[in-house]
Amino acid sequence: MTEPGEIPLEAPREAPREAPLEAPGTRLGRLRATAWRAWDSDILYSFLRSPVTILAAVVALTLVAASLAAPMIAPTNPFALETVDLMAAFTPPVWMEGGSWDYVLGTDDQGRDLLSAILYGMRISLFVGVASVLFAMVLGVGLGLLAGYAGGWIDGLLMRIADVQISFPAILIALLIDGVARGLLPREVHHEVAIWVIIFAIGAPGWVQYARTVRGSTMVEKNREYVMAAHIMGVHPVVIALRHVLPNAMGPVLVIATIHLAIAVITEATLSFLGVGLPPTEPSLGTLIRIGNDFLFSGEWWITLFPGVALVLLVLSVNLLGDWLRDALNPKLR
Amino acid sequence: MGAPRGIRSPCSRGEPMVAFIVRRLLQSVLVMLTVALVGFALFTYVGDPVNNMVGQDTSLADRERLREELGLNDPFPVQFARFVVNAAQADFGISYRHGRPVEDLLIERAPATLELSFAAGLFALVVGVPMGIYTALNRHGWLSKAFLTVSLIGISLPTFLIGILLILVFSVWLGWLPSFGRGETVQIGWWSTGLLTRDGLVALILPAITLGLFQMTLIMRLVRAEMLEVLRTDYIKFARARGLSARAINFGHALKNTLVPVITITGLQLGSVIAFAIITETVFQWPGMGLLFIQAIEFVDIPVMAAYLVLVAFLFVLINLIVDILYFVVDPRLRVQGGGAGL
Repeated sequence: MTEPGEIPLEAPREAPREAPLEAPGTRLGRLRATAWRAWDSDILYSFLRSPVTILAAVVALTLVAASLAAPMIAPTNPFALETVDLMAAFTPPVWMEGGSWDYVLGTDDQGRDLLSAILYGMRISLFVGVASVLFAMVLGVGLGLLAGYAGGWIDGLLMRIADVQISFPAILIALLIDGVARGLLPREVHHEVAIWVIIFAIGAPGWVQYARTVRGSTMVEKNREYVMAAHIMGVHPVVIALRHVLPNAMGPVLVIATIHLAIAVITEATLSFLGVGLPPTEPSLGTLIRIGNDFLFSGEWWITLFPGVALVLLVLSVNLLGDWLRDALNPKLR
Repeated sequence: MGAPRGIRSPCSRGEPMVAFIVRRLLQSVLVMLTVALVGFALFTYVGDPVNNMVGQDTSLADRERLREELGLNDPFPVQFARFVVNAAQADFGISYRHGRPVEDLLIERAPATLELSFAAGLFALVVGVPMGIYTALNRHGWLSKAFLTVSLIGISLPTFLIGILLILVFSVWLGWLPSFGRGETVQIGWWSTGLLTRDGLVALILPAITLGLFQMTLIMRLVRAEMLEVLRTDYIKFARARGLSARAINFGHALKNTLVPVITITGLQLGSVIAFAIITETVFQWPGMGLLFIQAIEFVDIPVMAAYLVLVAFLFVLINLIVDILYFVVDPRLRVQGGGAGL
């Protein structure tokens, strides 16, 4: 986070102090102050300075909005069997011979409209990605606060576990968790809960980076005067950790979360592609690519390529945003 | 760190080094035991091993006898100890799916995975290091920017998609390279190699690029970042002031100091290469250990899963141990601290 004290020479810095004067304490006044702070921030400045980042943000927002609005904007519902026309299977994209405007990007082997399937697939990919990032974040931030704040053997134990776990690739751990779930759960039950198993499998190995970062900031912050003041006032340690220490550690956490989102989407796609992810009844982008891969050699390349392009656009734009956020929040890098 | 520093021999402080190695060894053993415990828990609690071995019409008494014979009624620590002893002798039982000893399956598949990983690693280093140096020295050249853009795309492309795209372009559209299998292999003892036939080498190209591309971008970015860091230091400025040639400065001073972290990360990445080989092997139907593991997960073939897990964990622990010790040898600062903290 940018600390006001670091840049004392900049004139507009005084503005936030002005804003609350207009309507002190009212909701509108606070909102205006927040808005002014956002407008005045270095983050917005660096955002507007970088065309690549703006483009990435536009692409990412478009993709997210399109997938959220999929039920409304998709030409057909790929899950509704009555709208799927088997006769239309393997229709090529509209600009190729035999293509039709009914199926702009063509159809897959079951006659499902590819554009709709991609929109719905992206919805699932994003849901799994965001959910597993949130899971990893809550777990990692919690354990990081605990380790940093408690110290001692708890800290030692957690960090040793982190050391060991970070040396194994996340995909391997995810595969293992998925394999165990397959062994433990009967087939029908596993189909039902597959999406939650995947979220757990992708999220669980991700806690380490959050925990390490938050632990680091916590160890710095906990010796600051404001924390001691809170202690003396008799604030409960849990409240201090959550309300006072955590906000000061959130900047790096946001950066990790953004980059983690890209990784989580890739991991989910990979698991689904390997056939151990989501069941084919709920096709994510990875599942669509897996389906298309079977028809690569018979010339129906679009079934693979378009979901692949959608996946790359999504991951690339999120990665670019993450890179920018990392640089914007860390003035030392500039 | 400065170039003209007084370099002590790595053994001048022998004692803490031995202590460090012993401590790391103990830690490694602990990790392996934890992994073995997970593997053992898989065996014991996921599915019933007896059910997987006998037919439907086996009587309860027979099942109980088999249970007793297999030692499944023994107390937990006894069973676990037996598992560890067997695993240490590479005995992981019979695959449920293939009906053959797991260790035979793994030995049969190992050469394919190792050759693929080695080729991928070589590709990543041979292409990644020069690209990293180039982008660091010509920061604002258009080629550098092109390399960096490509590397960003390389990181954003999932491995399996790279494989599919390569197959689409070079196998389906151009028809230049084969898209699956190892091609023709030659048997040397128990090792089957694809490196000796033209067919085998051609078959290796696409999978090796697929597997190595991510590592390549990583190495390139790492070399670039380290070079930029080193080029800013005082001793480089001093070397410039002394009038050394750009070549001597860049390669004699800067690159040498860059290589320590590069070697470390490359070593550590060796483990990921083997893990990511799972994906590449699936895309290219490469008959290695990764493909075996994926099929084991789909069919809940617990012995194969457990064996692969223990094997990969062993490789990881071994690589980490070697890298840590090398680091300790190479970087004197770690020795001064008494070899703590690690990375």
